[in-house]
Amino acid sequence: MKSLRQSLHKQDLLGLGLMVILFAVFYFLFDEEILDDYWETNVILILINIIMAVSLNLINGLTGQFSIGHAGFMAVGAYTSAIITVKLGMDFPIALIVATVSAAFLGFLIGMPTLRLNGDYLAIATLGLGEIIRIAILNIDYVGGASGFMGIPRLTTFPIAFWIMVFVVYFIKNFKNSADGRACLAIRENEIAAETMGINTTKYKVMAFTIGAGFAGTAGALFSHYYYIAHPASFTFMRSFDVLTMVVLGGLGSISGSISGAVLLTAISAALADYPEWRMVIYSIVLIVLMLNRPQGIFGNKELSLKMFQSIKLGGGSRGGTAQSE
Amino acid sequence: MDTGSFAHQFAQQIVNGVSLGSIYALIALGYTMIYGIIKLINFAHGDIYMLGAYIGFVAITKAGLPFLPALIVSMIGAALAGIIIERIAYRPMRNAPRIAALITAIGVSFFLENGMILLVSPQPRTFPPVFAPTVYNIGGIVVNNQQILILVSALLLMLALTYIVNRTKAGKAMRAVSYDADAAKLMGIDTDRVISTTFALGSALAAAAGVLVGIYYNSIDPLMGMMPGIKAFIAAVVGGIGILPGAMLGGIIMGLVEAMVSGFFSSTYRDAAAFAILILILLYKPTGLLGKNVKEKV
Amino acid sequence: MAELLKVNNASMIFGGLRAVSNLTMQIDEGELIGLIGPNGAGKTTAFNMLTGVYEPSEGEITFNGQRINGKKPYQVTQMGIARTFQNIRLFSELSVLDNVKIAFNSQVRYGLVEAIGRFGRYFKEEETIEEKALALLKIFHLEKLRDETAKNLPYGEQRRLEIARALATSPKLLLLDEPAAGMNPQETKELMEMIRWIKKEFNLSILLIEHDMGLVMNVCQRIYVLEYGICIANGTPDEIKHNKRVIKAYLGEEVS
Repeated sequence: MKSLRQSLHKQDLLGLGLMVILFAVFYFLFDEEILDDYWETNVILILINIIMAVSLNLINGLTGQFSIGHAGFMAVGAYTSAIITVKLGMDFPIALIVATVSAAFLGFLIGMPTLRLNGDYLAIATLGLGEIIRIAILNIDYVGGASGFMGIPRLTTFPIAFWIMVFVVYFIKNFKNSADGRACLAIRENEIAAETMGINTTKYKVMAFTIGAGFAGTAGALFSHYYYIAHPASFTFMRSFDVLTMVVLGGLGSISGSISGAVLLTAISAALADYPEWRMVIYSIVLIVLMLNRPQGIFGNKELSLKMFQSIKLGGGSRGGTAQSE
Repeated sequence: MDTGSFAHQFAQQIVNGVSLGSIYALIALGYTMIYGIIKLINFAHGDIYMLGAYIGFVAITKAGLPFLPALIVSMIGAALAGIIIERIAYRPMRNAPRIAALITAIGVSFFLENGMILLVSPQPRTFPPVFAPTVYNIGGIVVNNQQILILVSALLLMLALTYIVNRTKAGKAMRAVSYDADAAKLMGIDTDRVISTTFALGSALAAAAGVLVGIYYNSIDPLMGMMPGIKAFIAAVVGGIGILPGAMLGGIIMGLVEAMVSGFFSSTYRDAAAFAILILILLYKPTGLLGKNVKEKV
Repeated sequence: MAELLKVNNASMIFGGLRAVSNLTMQIDEGELIGLIGPNGAGKTTAFNMLTGVYEPSEGEITFNGQRINGKKPYQVTQMGIARTFQNIRLFSELSVLDNVKIAFNSQVRYGLVEAIGRFGRYFKEEETIEEKALALLKIFHLEKLRDETAKNLPYGEQRRLEIARALATSPKLLLLDEPAAGMNPQETKELMEMIRWIKKEFNLSILLIEHDMGLVMNVCQRIYVLEYGICIANGTPDEIKHNKRVIKAYLGEEVS
């Protein structure tokens, strides 16, 4: 009888092994220029979107809070990191940390008062807040205002983006399978029951919000340091909505779902980029059809089990939904 | 400070605010009715307003119709569009998770906006002048006849809606379904029909707003529904979502605030002001100014 | 026996409505008390007051000498009061095992950092919680259903799961809100036994809201009767059975 430590370690190592292989493959392809800049740009965008989707999923999917202003946190990260590198001349790691912490802090500040709202009200509050952040940035000349913050050095590389993505995914995966993660799931399922079972629901809702916002900030920093510029127009409701769609498409509450959703939607977007007029029309039709036919998304709230061929029961039952083969 | 000119500016902004507010109120009514009946934030509603403006445009320029017939055609066209959208995109989502329904609504909105861009190009079109613009000067305050038209039309439409909702059988059915859809069904009310009617009425009002705005600002474009849509939605929330008089009150408030901010501060902040109001109302009275506090039964 | 719960003249006023009016109640350690009354009498409201869901408009509630007024539900639970709900509130999409595990959260000894990094006390604690949760499920004959999604359970099992979950919080007072609702006579009899057994085995007091008079009269040591928010009688089952006011309130309900 395997101990929990052994089975989880085995699973984690397998996952990490897979990540190393994936990294090596892509690194080789980029290094040898078999895949050109177009590919690199899109792969990095996918990585950034994965971080955005997985962090939003923590708030919406795991904790059941209706947040649709995620782009605002991304913007905070994008701009604060740019201030650190460009205005204060410091290194990228510091910029990344500042981006994450400042976005997390904003998430905390916002989380505290708005989390007594629920459902639709919280949704529109977060929508409004995302917009307020964007409009505020638009009016701050120190960071370029309406012209945007230009001259940001390209410090984001494929390795950096990749391993930060892996870190964020593992962070949230481990969070989900801990007592704190279960508390969030309980809140999603039945907030009153959760409270009555001794869970401080406010604490966990704020926690989810803070962590989710923080990682969005990280994504923002990676974003602005790849595209040389940070512009308010990159952080509109359209972006929040894109990320939301990735999460819902993949399945609310499923980390594998968020990753899949991010990959799929970024790829579709890139494929349609040559047909700008039709892109949005096709995109919206695909979206509507998807929602009509499978609103629970690809994975529902289950995870892709790495042990599809063996039925090993792991700790944290909500995770191993497909442990048995059909 | 010259108090005479301040009072004068103030009064001027009130006039501007009220006519702007009437537009928001017309759009807000649709939001609030639809939310009241199926608990869905119809993100596509602002685009119905845009659709109405374009139908009116075609009616006036291509069919050469005068104002009133064009307005009616636009309202009917938008009502039909509303019914079709509900039937195709929203009815199947009635029992789906809320967030999926929300995404569908947003998808419809994008479809309408971008479809229109494809169809008529993103360039703004000039709305032909339907009335010779006359400007009245009342004690130094400028009022033009189009503002009066907006105010009068909006008032008449709101009165008509209030009559329909409170005095007709159809209106009674609407109110019943919004209180308790299942009970209404048991009473023999065809909820599907009632919901379609609600969409039709809400869309018609939004279309009227679109035509009036086209006449007033002389210009329409496929994305004209975005900002007014959001502001009208905020208006509905401010007044109390699901409450008809609330939408009217909220609309007027949003219009007045926007006029004041534009007139006394700067117009770059007027959008931010709308969102600030939203946050304030959500923090202090989320059920809206006219809303009641309903606690969840434990 | 030591006094555990003391409700002193507590009232719950909503707008103009006095849902609960001047309720005075006492529960000592080891007691099994019933709370009955017609529908709408204020019983669940009383439960909500006792668990911090509502803050009493008037009066005071103390538990183990500590004031409950104004405390949030999770704090009240940590003080030692647990409850089940009239309309079962399980974590529907989660597994049976997870439902119970969550209730052990306040006993978890590792923090966020150890959880993320998966070091230190994480593994030991997770194993301990799993064992404890399974042990509880076993008592309620639910251990075979451990990975089943909660919402898929038959009704009777859902009710048992809710009780198991409540017990995971190690309460000293357990509030059961109509646990026999929807059960047939056989199931009710088994529930009766289970309630007696729980009280002894877990060494706690129980306050029970029920409509099934057979269950209440057989199992409770004392009974409080509410009507329109007011306590119209309290005493032993025998006293209540013969109380004219109670009989009138129930309009001729047969009491055996």
